[in-house]
Amino acid sequence: MKLIDANKLTALAAALARAGYRVVAPVEDSGVVRLKEWAEGAAIRTGAVPVNSAKDFLFPPSEIIGRWDLDGDDFMPRDVQPDAPKTVLLAVRPCDAAALALLDTVFNWDYKDDFYNARRQAVTVVPMVCTAADEQCFCTSVGGAPDATAGADAMLRPADGGTRFILEPLTDKGNALLDAAGLALAEGEAAADPPVEIARRFDVEAVTEWLSRNFESDLWPALSLACLGCGACAYACPTCHCFDIQDEATRRESVRLKNWDSCGFGLFTLHAGGHNPRPDQTARWRNRVMHKFSYIPERFALVGCTGCGRCARVCGAGMSMSEVCRLIADETKKAPTHES
Amino acid sequence: MTQTDIEKGAAAASPYVPKMARIVAADQMTETERFFRLEMEGEPLAYEPGQFVGVTVFGVGESPISICSSPTQGERIELTIRSVGLVTGALRTFEAGDRLGIRGPFGNGFDTGAMKGQDVLFVAGGLGLAPTRSLIRYVLDKREDFGKVTILAGAREPNLLLFREEIAEWVERSDADTLVTVNQPDKDWKGNVGVITRLFKQVEIDPARTCAVIVGPPVMFKFAVLEALAAGVPEHRIICSLERHMKCGVGKCGHCQIRGVYVCRDGPVFTYEQVKRLREGI
Repeated sequence: MKLIDANKLTALAAALARAGYRVVAPVEDSGVVRLKEWAEGAAIRTGAVPVNSAKDFLFPPSEIIGRWDLDGDDFMPRDVQPDAPKTVLLAVRPCDAAALALLDTVFNWDYKDDFYNARRQAVTVVPMVCTAADEQCFCTSVGGAPDATAGADAMLRPADGGTRFILEPLTDKGNALLDAAGLALAEGEAAADPPVEIARRFDVEAVTEWLSRNFESDLWPALSLACLGCGACAYACPTCHCFDIQDEATRRESVRLKNWDSCGFGLFTLHAGGHNPRPDQTARWRNRVMHKFSYIPERFALVGCTGCGRCARVCGAGMSMSEVCRLIADETKKAPTHES
Repeated sequence: MTQTDIEKGAAAASPYVPKMARIVAADQMTETERFFRLEMEGEPLAYEPGQFVGVTVFGVGESPISICSSPTQGERIELTIRSVGLVTGALRTFEAGDRLGIRGPFGNGFDTGAMKGQDVLFVAGGLGLAPTRSLIRYVLDKREDFGKVTILAGAREPNLLLFREEIAEWVERSDADTLVTVNQPDKDWKGNVGVITRLFKQVEIDPARTCAVIVGPPVMFKFAVLEALAAGVPEHRIICSLERHMKCGVGKCGHCQIRGVYVCRDGPVFTYEQVKRLREGI
């Protein structure tokens, strides 16, 4: 098996960078661990779940999808190609990789999104098995696991008490990555460390079932009262995929941008005429929960949450998706339930 | 995809990139609504009544707009646009000869096949007349394919009524019954006064063979549906077109999502049977 010492991940990153990969890895940035493009000299931090998710590198916060030269009243379209360099997502988490099933589905269920697909094809996904978790982690409640391989091209498995990693290829892309790593990896034997145990906090099927009956429930105002509508949860979420399309222009050119958006924002559903079908934060927060745990399961037979806990870690009001789901699951054990 | 599209690369076929259209006629219908007739610079747009397009003002942005013409009218498409936002506000100054970007058509459109042979009752309030006109024109152009045709049109005030000359032509037709009402008449108004639902008393509906197409502001829709139901029209033959703040048009951006439905792909045309299950739908 292929091994690398735990303190030599940067050597692996350097080897992959030399082999032509853009290396994305968890590095310290302004006091937090963030997934970002690795540069020579940056230490790779595997001890904390990064604040952002790997989605940033498949579906970036802002992306140019159209461009026109302006000349007085005239304009000429210019060709826009996706910016999709060969990339490795190194030491991301299984909950990042698990999100790819949903992103792949949304961006391809009908029309194909060339921009997403170009980046997706250029990406090699190398999650790290989690041997530690914090109080916000709940992947096991939504069908995931700290050692899940869904969406992964290769796995980094901590071994020998965290002193080294086993790099195990799972796909052709994974094999190609191991070849590119070359001498940064050593051949040898090691004993994989056990993944962290994460207790299940709620029955996700019970949550989905309750949601299907409880669009109207007294619980919604109580669950949503703290929400500030800031959208941070959506931006940190590995599966949130809503976006806005905006044109920005100078005198010379106009660009069309695909920008992250969030159903938590009051403007998200506001019509130009003034009507807003989701007029308050309760309706918007309900949509966030419903979308992940009812609408996505109904439409795509997937769960719209991978249990990464990032939303709760970034929430300025202390809200927690796992806590909301646990409260809903508790409701299902009570009788009678609210009928819609 | 044409050969040139392939030569230009994948982005040329991107659903996010508009095609060019030239305005061949523009008319300020009311203080806020402007009418445009467009000609695509490349291939004409193949569309169905009830579909919509994304209209781009280059350098400003894009808005989702219903097509108000019928494919039976020929290759040009017509739009009636209310100036309420950045893009639609900018369009106030657009005249014949100016160019726009068009994406689409998007959405399902009206199921004209299912309506064949049926009586059709149109109930259109305010700007709702724009998407409805697409189907009215279609039905009138293929008149022999449908049973009795009744058109109820309403506006808040006489000077807000859209397509006034065309409505006058419909009123003259012997093969369709057209009734118009306004909520607040001016001194020259000689027609019906009151909300559109009052017109139901003046029409005969055979519920066994009627499709009711109801498009208008949310409050009008709710009460018009009650009238149609009271007349015995079944829920699956009450048809409406939903308005949403659509962005991508291709079922991804999430703006128009209601429950598991993307209005831009699965709609905007729904039956009342479907809409009543879509909470937040209206």
